Formats: sequence, C-alpha cells, structure tokens
Amino acid sequence: MSVVNELSLSQPMKTHRVAEALSRARELAILVVILVIFAGTTIKSHDFAHVTSIQQLFTNGSLFLLLAVGETMVIVTRNVDLSVGSTLGISAFLVGDYFTHNAHPSLVLAFVIGLGVGAFCGAVIGFIVTVTKVPSLVVSLAALYIIRGILNIIGLGVQIEPTAIPLSFQKIGFETWAGLPWIFIIPVVVTLVVAFSMRSFRPMRELYAIGSNPAAAQLAGVPVARRVFTAFVISGTLAGLGGVLFLSEFATVNATAGSGYELLVIASCVIGGVAIFGGSGTVIGAALGAILLQIINQALVVVNVSPFWDSALAGALILVTVSFDRLLSNRASLALRLKDSAARGK
Amino acid sequence: MPLVGNNTSTTSPDETLLSAEKQHWSFSGRSLFRWESALVLFFVFDLVYGGTSSPDFFSRNTIFFAGINFGLIAIMALPEMLIITTGEIDLSVAAMLGLACSSFGYLFEHHVEVFLAMFLTLCVGAVGGALNGFLVTQLGLPSIAVTIGTLTMFRGLAEVILGTNEVSGFGGPWTDAGTNAIPGTPFAWAFGIFVVLALIYGAVLHFTSTGRSIFAIGLQEEAAFFSGIRVKRIKFNLYLISGIVCAFVGLLYTYETNTARYDAGTGLELNVVAIVLFGGISIFGGRGTMLGVFLSVIVVGIFDQILSNNNVSSQEQSIVFGVLLLASVILPNAGRGYRAVRKRIGSKWPRSQSLNENAAAISDL
Repeated sequence: MSVVNELSLSQPMKTHRVAEALSRARELAILVVILVIFAGTTIKSHDFAHVTSIQQLFTNGSLFLLLAVGETMVIVTRNVDLSVGSTLGISAFLVGDYFTHNAHPSLVLAFVIGLGVGAFCGAVIGFIVTVTKVPSLVVSLAALYIIRGILNIIGLGVQIEPTAIPLSFQKIGFETWAGLPWIFIIPVVVTLVVAFSMRSFRPMRELYAIGSNPAAAQLAGVPVARRVFTAFVISGTLAGLGGVLFLSEFATVNATAGSGYELLVIASCVIGGVAIFGGSGTVIGAALGAILLQIINQALVVVNVSPFWDSALAGALILVTVSFDRLLSNRASLALRLKDSAARGK
Repeated sequence: MPLVGNNTSTTSPDETLLSAEKQHWSFSGRSLFRWESALVLFFVFDLVYGGTSSPDFFSRNTIFFAGINFGLIAIMALPEMLIITTGEIDLSVAAMLGLACSSFGYLFEHHVEVFLAMFLTLCVGAVGGALNGFLVTQLGLPSIAVTIGTLTMFRGLAEVILGTNEVSGFGGPWTDAGTNAIPGTPFAWAFGIFVVLALIYGAVLHFTSTGRSIFAIGLQEEAAFFSGIRVKRIKFNLYLISGIVCAFVGLLYTYETNTARYDAGTGLELNVVAIVLFGGISIFGGRGTMLGVFLSVIVVGIFDQILSNNNVSSQEQSIVFGVLLLASVILPNAGRGYRAVRKRIGSKWPRSQSLNENAAAISDL
C-alpha cells in the first residue's frame, strides 16, 4: 500500500524535476555559448570587452529582449503573436506624435500612451482569438497588416524629428546607471518580473497547462479563454513599451518602424528553448536567445568576418538549436519511459 | 446537421415532413454556402467597384498590370497551399526567391552561360527545399520553426553571395517573359505561368490519389500513416517542389526588374501565406480547394490594382487586406458557432419551442 502511495506521489514530481532540470540546462547552455562567443571575440580583438561595446550590445538587444518576453507568454499557451512589430511601430509613432503636438509633454503620459496603445492592440487580438476560436496565427497575421495599414494612413509621409523629442525622454536611450543603459535596465526588470511570476504565480503557471493540453486545462478548471486573453494583452503591452523605448533610442520614427521584427522575435524564442507548440520554455531562455542573436551580429563585425554572414549564421543557429532540442526531448522521454517501466517492474 | 439530428426520432408526420424539407435544404444550402461563393461575390464587387471608380478599368492595361504585379506572389502561393493542406507551413518561400535571385545574378556576373545559370539556380532551389523537407520529415521538427530558420539562412546566404552588389543588364529574349504580355493576349507571362501551374496543381490535388493523400495527411497524419500513405515522402516532395518553384519565381523576378539583389522579395512570405488563407484553406490542414486559392489570387490581385489606379498607396492597401483575411476565417467560424449555439438551445428547450426556433432560423436564412 505504502509503495503504491509513494509511487503515485513521486512520479509527477520526478517528471517535474526532470523537466525543470532540462530547461535550466538549456538556459545555461545558451549562457555558455554567449560567454564563449564573448571570450573568443575578446581574444581576437581586445576592444570587444570594452564598456561601450557591451553597452551597445545591451542597447541593441533590449527591444528584442522585451518583445521576446511577451511572445514567450503567448507561445507557451500554444498561440503565436505575429503583430508585435506593427504594434511596436504604432506605439512609437503615436508617442512621437504626442511629443510633436505638445509643447510641455509629460514623460509619464508618454509611457501611458505607449503602453495603452500596445495593450489595446493585444486586447483586440486576444478578444478575437478567444471569442471566435480562430487560430491566432491567422488573426495576428491579419492584425499585422491592419495595424501597419493604420500606421501608414496616420503617418503617411510624416517623420517624427529628433528636435520634437524632449531631451529628458531621449536620455532613457543613452544615459546609464551603474554602467548599464536605462534602455536595457527596463527590459531586464520586466524580464525578471515575468520570469518570477511564470515560475511561482498560479495564473501564470496555468499558461503552461493550457499550452500542454488546452482541453485538459479547461477540464481542470483553468479559465483558458481569460488566461490566453491576458497573455495577448501582456504581449501587446510589452510591444507598446518596446515602442516607447524605440523612440527614446532613435529619437526618430516613421511608418516603417518595427516592420519585420516579428519573425526575429519568434526566432529568439525558439533559440531560447520555447517550444513552438506550447507548454514549455522560459522567459529567461527567450531573453538569452535574443541576446545571443545580437552578440553574433556584433561579434562578426569585430572579428572582421563580413557582416553579410550575420543572418546566414543566425539561421543555421536556429536550425541547430531546434534539432538539438528534439534530440534532448527524445532522450528525456526515453529516460522517463525507462524509469516508469522500472518502477512498474518493482 | 444538428437540425436534422434533433428531429429524426419524432414520429409526428408534420415533423417528419419538416425534417425532410430541412434535410433537403441543408444539403443544397451547404454546397452553395461555401467560402468560394463568397470569393465570387468579392470578385463581382471588384468588377463593380473598379468599373465605377475608373473609366479605364475594363482595359488591357488593368489585366496586364494586375498580372505582372501579383503574378509572382500568386505562383508562390501554389506550393504553399499544398504544404498548408498537409498541416505544415513554409515561411522560407520569399527568402528562397532572394537566394535564387542572388545566385543567378552571381552566375551571370561571372559569365556563366544563361541556360546553365538558370539550371544551377533551380538546383539551388531544390537543395534548399530538400533541406526544409529533410528537417521537417526526417528529424520531425516543427515546420514553422524550421522554415523561420531557413528563411533567415537563405536570406543570409543571398547576402553573402551578392553583398550590397546589384547585378543588372540581363537583357536577351528572357526579358520579354519578365516584362511583356503573352503575345496576342493582355496577360502577363507571370500570370499565364500561374494559371498553367494552378491547373496542374489543382488536377494533382483534386483528381489523383496523391492529392487525396495530401488531404488525408492534413486531417489526421497518424491515421494517414497507418492506412499506408507515405506521409514523409509526400511532405518531403512538397517542400522540394516548393523550393524549385520559388527559385523559378526568383528567375522571373530577376528578369522582371532586370536587377539581381539579395533583398529581392523581402517580407513576401507573409503575403503568400495570407493569400492562401484568404482562399479558405485551413491553417490546420486538410481543408481547402485549389479553386479557392485561384479566386483569392484574382480577387486580391484585381483589388490591389483598383486601389493603385485610385492612387491608394500599397501600404494603405494592407489594411483592407488584413480585414479581408480576418473575415475569411471569422465568417465561416461564426456560422459554425451560430449552429452550435442553436443546437444547444434546441436540446435544452422543449421540443415545440425548439421547432419554432428551427423554423424561424430557416426562414431567416
């Protein structure tokens, strides 16, 4: 009797532990790759370890980091959000527009506008996805076109000039705190908050349950529609925040801002170990994936390999990581099955 | 169907009659009530709107320019449609176009004979397609992740091959195929090629056992496998063909613009997928017709042309396209949702009331 109890109790916990160890190994692996690239590049060219170079790396990577965090939440629920690039663009543009038309703009209001626009876009997509049960790939693809179209209509031929952007706002883009640029600190804080809540906060844990098996999650009492909706709203909000940071970094924006980001963001998530069919992957992994893509880009310039190789290598990296993931998960499921049959044999 | 199911068990002659009537209605109604019919309506709308908004609409120019502006996307939509029908996706189509463009430009620049260069370019397409197919079928990786990877890689290789160079001055008889109409008709070559390929693809998809297998794979891959369909081989071949067709489109693109650049066709992959989905093809696979894709290409191609004639920029056209795309998935689903709700009401409420509901619903429709 006690044996049975012990088994039935320990089995799920073991599964959980194996899964967690795997995902941690994954983040560690990416971190090691990043450090190896960093070290290798530094040996080749000592300037690479210089403060400004690292700051540049963080600055350039920060937007993708932010978008990848939001995208991870959506992908974990077995959905996908292709509209993040367009949402970033329209948020950046509307905030810029606000600055242009107000002599004494408030920074807080600028952030509210940016986040609000993003949250609205995410809410509309989330609403359509959860109410009509239409695949999110199609809805967010349509949203990509519609949002970009609206942006083109309101921003036709308009270019927000740096002179219109207040200096205090631009400072977010280049000022540093303890050597770290603000534009990097904000996304990192967001990443850590989301990572913690996805580890320990029940509604966020439920996102994984939904992604592993939507029907089972529904039967287990998870409010699936509400959680998926929330995931889209958060993803949209983070894209909106990305728009605000985009504006503070470049101080100029036109109707093409952020176009083509969506696939790069999904690529970051995939490299970071987020399963494209939902149910597994961490925000930290996706964030590291975004940084990895960025450091490859920057390292190539430093080691005098033609920067043309950048996307070719990034593509190869995506393929390698996806294949590697499959190998690992095959191994893990085999190990679990062996353990299971051994336990039954007893 | 739920309507009929509710009433077949009853014995009253009135109800039986009603149910027979309904059965008849639901049969004929459903075959008319398809997404393709909606596309035909869109097409009629196109013609009316185009005709009223511009006096020059019904001319050879409109047909020619619609064909040349939209033909390349249309051709790439064909292999994409088959791949989506199996439940997979290929996001690397436009990147393959770019890689083919770069390869051909490079070979041309190094004075390789034109036919040989074309052949080698198509080989590049075959290798790229085979790579996709190998990763998806042999390693069993999710196609969306694989093709995002190959998208980045193909575009990157195109960049490595040509860099920021721009090769031009192709000339020769092939330029004709890129920029002129088929002699004696107002149709651009790209459009003609699309029609021929669409006929071939449609015939294969709807009238051969391979085509039926493609639907079977999309509906239930495992069931298809256990009923003896060579799932992996079919998927691999579809990716291989997709690579070759997209490389061919790369050649057409090169001759149409008379330049080869690495960034040719950047971002077109999502347009291609959107065209296919607008044609009523299910993103989950297993459902859709070649006629739907054909109509979708015509409707969107002509609509784009009307908007361009009216000086609406192509960026603003994207908003209309997005709305149409959304409608194409929501409307059929809304019908299903409505039926589901009615079924639930019908089973909960007393019989007489549910019959009234049904009768009212029928007269509504």
